[in-house]
Amino acid sequence: MGKWTRRGFITAGVIGGAALVVGVAIRPGNQNSKVAKYVTVDGESLINIWVKIDENNHVTVIVPHSEMGQGAQTALTQMLADELDANWDDVSFIEAPAEDAYANGPMGKGFILGDTKIPEILVGSVDGLFMTVASAMHLQITGGSTSIRATGVYGMRVAGAAAREMLLEAASSEWSVPVSKLTAKNGIISDGERSASYAWFAAAAGQLQPPYSPKLKSADQFTIMGKSKPRLDIPSKVDGTAMFGIDAEVEGMVYATIMAAPVFGASVKTVNSDAANEMSGVIDVVNLDDAVAVVADSYWTAKKALATIKVEWHQTSPAKMDSDKIFAQFQNDIAAGVKNGEVSSDRNEGDSAGAFENASRIVEREYRVPYLAHACMEPMNALAMVADGHCEVWTGTQNPLGFKYQIAEALQLEAEHVTVNNFFMGGGFGRRATPDAAIQAAKISQRIGQPVKLIWSREEDIQHDHYRPAVVSQFRAALDANGQPTAWENHYVDKHEPAEAPLIPYSIANQTIGAVDSPTHVPFGPWRSVDHSQHGFFTESFIDELAAEAGQDPFTFRMEKLKGHPRHSKVLALAAEKGNWNAPLAKGQGRGIALQESFGTLVAEVVDVTVREGKVKVDKVTIAVDPGFAVSPDGLKAQMESGVIYGLTAALFGEITIKDGRVEQGNFDTYPMVRMDSAPEIETHIINSMETWGGAGEPGTPGIAPALANAIYAATGTRIRELPVSKYDLNVDFVEKNEVRS
Amino acid sequence: MKITVNGQVHDIDVSPDTPLLWVVRENLGLTGTKFGCGIAQCGACTMHVNGTAMRTCVLPIAAVEGAEITTIEGIGSEDGLHAVQEAWIAEQVPQCGYCQSGQIMSAVALLETNPNPTDTDINQAMSGNVCRCGMYSRIRGAIKRVAAGDVAIYDPKAKLTGEEVNHG
Repeated sequence: MGKWTRRGFITAGVIGGAALVVGVAIRPGNQNSKVAKYVTVDGESLINIWVKIDENNHVTVIVPHSEMGQGAQTALTQMLADELDANWDDVSFIEAPAEDAYANGPMGKGFILGDTKIPEILVGSVDGLFMTVASAMHLQITGGSTSIRATGVYGMRVAGAAAREMLLEAASSEWSVPVSKLTAKNGIISDGERSASYAWFAAAAGQLQPPYSPKLKSADQFTIMGKSKPRLDIPSKVDGTAMFGIDAEVEGMVYATIMAAPVFGASVKTVNSDAANEMSGVIDVVNLDDAVAVVADSYWTAKKALATIKVEWHQTSPAKMDSDKIFAQFQNDIAAGVKNGEVSSDRNEGDSAGAFENASRIVEREYRVPYLAHACMEPMNALAMVADGHCEVWTGTQNPLGFKYQIAEALQLEAEHVTVNNFFMGGGFGRRATPDAAIQAAKISQRIGQPVKLIWSREEDIQHDHYRPAVVSQFRAALDANGQPTAWENHYVDKHEPAEAPLIPYSIANQTIGAVDSPTHVPFGPWRSVDHSQHGFFTESFIDELAAEAGQDPFTFRMEKLKGHPRHSKVLALAAEKGNWNAPLAKGQGRGIALQESFGTLVAEVVDVTVREGKVKVDKVTIAVDPGFAVSPDGLKAQMESGVIYGLTAALFGEITIKDGRVEQGNFDTYPMVRMDSAPEIETHIINSMETWGGAGEPGTPGIAPALANAIYAATGTRIRELPVSKYDLNVDFVEKNEVRS
Repeated sequence: MKITVNGQVHDIDVSPDTPLLWVVRENLGLTGTKFGCGIAQCGACTMHVNGTAMRTCVLPIAAVEGAEITTIEGIGSEDGLHAVQEAWIAEQVPQCGYCQSGQIMSAVALLETNPNPTDTDINQAMSGNVCRCGMYSRIRGAIKRVAAGDVAIYDPKAKLTGEEVNHG
């Protein structure tokens, strides 16, 4: 067996620097000449594919991640610039083009496979193994909170350090001075007598073989990492100049809007577009088999015309599905799966069966969460131009390279004939990893022979998302005579990733955790924190219930079960301390706590709520976060704040329901959002433990729903076992416990 | 028909029911104002019409003929950004940034009529604007920063700031 560790393939990835992005095991060597044409202009020398230095000593970092507000482009630039010892005043970044050389699939392996042992024989073709797991052939993906912890740690820092060593080596040759006598600082190399800018040595350095293993700085040597640098993209986002996909324009462009089959998977039977065809400004009505689009001289005309079109859809069996039936299916499938031994195991430790036999008491609970849409502020859109066997697309995407290949496949073109131009994304949250709108735009353009900007209505966006799944999760715990848990059993439906999402850090001797398949016709998509978004709610609610069963304080109960997990203990204790866990509460007030490790980062959240006349007001959220190291402390805080509000919207009122096979909600009136008047104060406290660096974009989300639910329990005695909270009548006597379902 | 946007008069030939948002974006090419919902629920399309913050995705062009319309592109001056924009940078408000033109337009309208708003005033004026990235506390902070007159001119290469973190 060969152990394909993250460090293992990354160390290999330093071969050539560029090899890091193309899969080091299969394509070692210096890739500079292959990629130079995409990212250099006259007068600039390519040091390696992650960074370039022009003749004025300006450093441009090439970032293979896209920007949806998470701030990764600035943070990644900080990481490279620090290792390079660049002058921050003269550093900028560009986003990498959608070309194979910038595929970051190898980075994703760390996310998907972790340190999985794989047979030696497969190491050479590990891409094949990984791609099966990821269901994608070409990844240049921003997701899984991997930017900092994978690309940054194993790519940007290494590339910066390698570039610095190459520059020093070039200076050493030119000046005939050993490298040990040279210093590099703020973009200048000096030997004590002479000094020259990096630019002076850039061309020579570009000819050198990159070092296999450049020396990285220790934390005490950081000058740019760990500082809250103003984000480089923000100025353009306050004056209207930032360009999003929806803002793209080309000569001769027309507009389109679309309605896809309301029942996922259905197709067009008949289209009556007589009225639309009569309307001034309508250019064409395009039947894409699973959707009908109107092309017009303006979006407004296209929208009005689409409303007049009558489509008859083929009836399919999912048209009989609704949310109640789906949840009943989940319950039946869990029961059948457990009975028939068809459980895919996440953890099986100790002797759960024995523990249940010897239990003084057994606690059984069921939790459920609904489907959720992403509802990015910028509705799905893409501008496409297909002509002469080429397709060019302008859009905002989390996966430019994946879009390129999937568009090529949809249009039956060679990938080399597809160009994807990426833009800022008006929200991503996982949604913009799916190329459905871009493929539609390309097909429409192909059909009409003109460049077309397709813009979905908000209703189309909500009703044709790829959803956070609805999930049922069932728990049993065996309790001893003191009310302490001796076994933890958890079965649930619909497993995606990360694999460890349902696992708990608490020391309970016997644990059985596993998933049962229960497919539905509702399309799945990664939604901020993916499986953690539901399992955080499930496990941290059930552990809270066990604390209540044991008659213990929920914080103390957790702490007692975190011995041997010092990072977890510390983050939980800091949240409790800063959140004034023991401060007295008035009637109607409650305080809840939750802990979740996700994407390599530990987050504990304390929520204060006030429940009055049945209305929940979230007063304050106090967060303790240990990301290993915060590259940009303010950026990490911003991500915690954002993750909390995103999760809070879902917990309080987020619900997509299915009726007659289709989504019932359509716009912000039926799929409401947390707004200024309902947004709590959020306070974030950072622990730099210097353990392995984790992600930031997602880890703030999983903990908010359980901490909120636990706070509502503390305030009212009502245990929230089903989200959203708005399903519950909390207008009750605070002493009496009540439940929606018995 | 004639409309006045950011002080410039434009002669527009569109269907009179076309919402102002689409005229400004598609006919005038001013794309700083965004489309979010189409039913006046999210505020991404906010512009000023005679100084009042309006949701322009439902505002027919026929209704604003002769009015003074201001977009995000029109609130700064030749000397630089509006104080609200400066405050947005100082507080590092935007994440994805898509809603921020609308947020800023609502905040500018609030501060012009109420230079020292309370939290309740801010809630009332700003709750029509959705921020899916959830930057509400930073928006509130930026508005208060303007009210306090505490807006420094933005230096993109500001000195490194140390952060208090707990080293464990």
